[in-house]
Amino acid sequence: MLSETFAFGDSAIHRLDPRLRVVFAGLLSILTAILNRFPAVIFAVFLALVLIGASRLPVRQVLARLAVVNGLVLFIWLILPWTFEGTPVVEIGPLVGSWEGIRLCALITLKSNAIILALIALVATMPVATLGYALHHLHLPDKLVYLLLMTYRYIFVIETEYQQLARAARIRCFKPGTNLHTYKTYAYMVGMLFVRASARAQRVHQAMVCRGFSGKFYCLHEFAFKSSDWAWSSAMGISLIVLGGLEWAPIV
Amino acid sequence: MHISEGVLSAPVLAGGAAFAVAGIAVGLKKLDNNRIPQAGILAAAFFVASLVHVPIGPSSMHLILNGIVGLLMGWAAFPVIAVALVLQAILFQFGGITSLGVNTIIMAGPAVLGYYLFTPFIARGHTTAMAGAFACGFTAVLVSALIAAAALMLTGEAFLEVSAALVAAHIVVMIIEGIITMFCVAFLKKVQPSMLSIG
Repeated sequence: MLSETFAFGDSAIHRLDPRLRVVFAGLLSILTAILNRFPAVIFAVFLALVLIGASRLPVRQVLARLAVVNGLVLFIWLILPWTFEGTPVVEIGPLVGSWEGIRLCALITLKSNAIILALIALVATMPVATLGYALHHLHLPDKLVYLLLMTYRYIFVIETEYQQLARAARIRCFKPGTNLHTYKTYAYMVGMLFVRASARAQRVHQAMVCRGFSGKFYCLHEFAFKSSDWAWSSAMGISLIVLGGLEWAPIV
Repeated sequence: MHISEGVLSAPVLAGGAAFAVAGIAVGLKKLDNNRIPQAGILAAAFFVASLVHVPIGPSSMHLILNGIVGLLMGWAAFPVIAVALVLQAILFQFGGITSLGVNTIIMAGPAVLGYYLFTPFIARGHTTAMAGAFACGFTAVLVSALIAAAALMLTGEAFLEVSAALVAAHIVVMIIEGIITMFCVAFLKKVQPSMLSIG
């Protein structure tokens, strides 16, 4: 089932102004993505861990999430060390692992996880609706924000509808396997999902028009920038400067 | 198909973001305010459908469906897919902020391409339409894999083998996406043909 695992909680991070969290998550992610030096990358991981700590999320669930998203990273580990030209360090049969390849893999792994952890701590700790309002206040195009809010509003409804279709198939003894019948059944279920979504969209649109919808959403949510937000934003600003310093300061 | 955070180089990320912004701008321009509920609810359906896992042998794959998104939405596929990726990033952390642009291009580029290449076939008779739908589903994933491979290659020559393996690993996915797209289009043509001319 779909759920917003981390969205609700009571911690320093959950109480921060969502706009600040979105902006800082963006800056930290972009900066981390372009890092190349290990001290800087390790500091980025440290920052991400501090944020996770401050957001007091259940460690187990965060780790479970990380395990899932490290798929491509694992894929890269399986191939890159053996194909990257450089100083050989390990040999398994005909395969030769290079130091440079392993270094690159380690760098990618640390960066990837630092960014994902920061995303979990800063952005996954707010409901998507709040994110939509925050993006609206950050002047993203109106239509894009409406689309996000509309989609978010209906994913849970449509998911229930899919469960219903899947249950109906199960009751009729549908057992998925690797055969054409299975793919056909799934294709029809997906097709039915689209048909029902489209019919629902028409009803929703008509109901909205009846209530005066003229193509514009109004955002009633106001955010307040509190003194604690100022404190956090200066700490965040300093940490970004330190991170940049570790990457670009000349090595003495 | 996602490229994880922290893999790609800064120029590739920036280029992907720039193209994605352009695509989203075109898509939003073509999306009338009154069609936002329609687009949003269909986007929700795509989001849910892409969580469906279908078996392949002992393993399973999740559906991608960007071929059908293209056929149903046209250019609106760009904002719709971008929104779905944002939701995936927030709800499951598949992808993040910096790779959002590149991942939008990987998914939405082939959707729009499929819309232009295969819509004429879908309107024709049964056999042609089925062949067109299969080709649409197949090509969409193929082009996605090729764009992902290109993004990795542009990051560094060292990713040559990783890119090749990525494309190879998706060949089965392409065939199954083709089959699913074919049956799904056949279904929609029977049940709600008006949906296929949206866009």
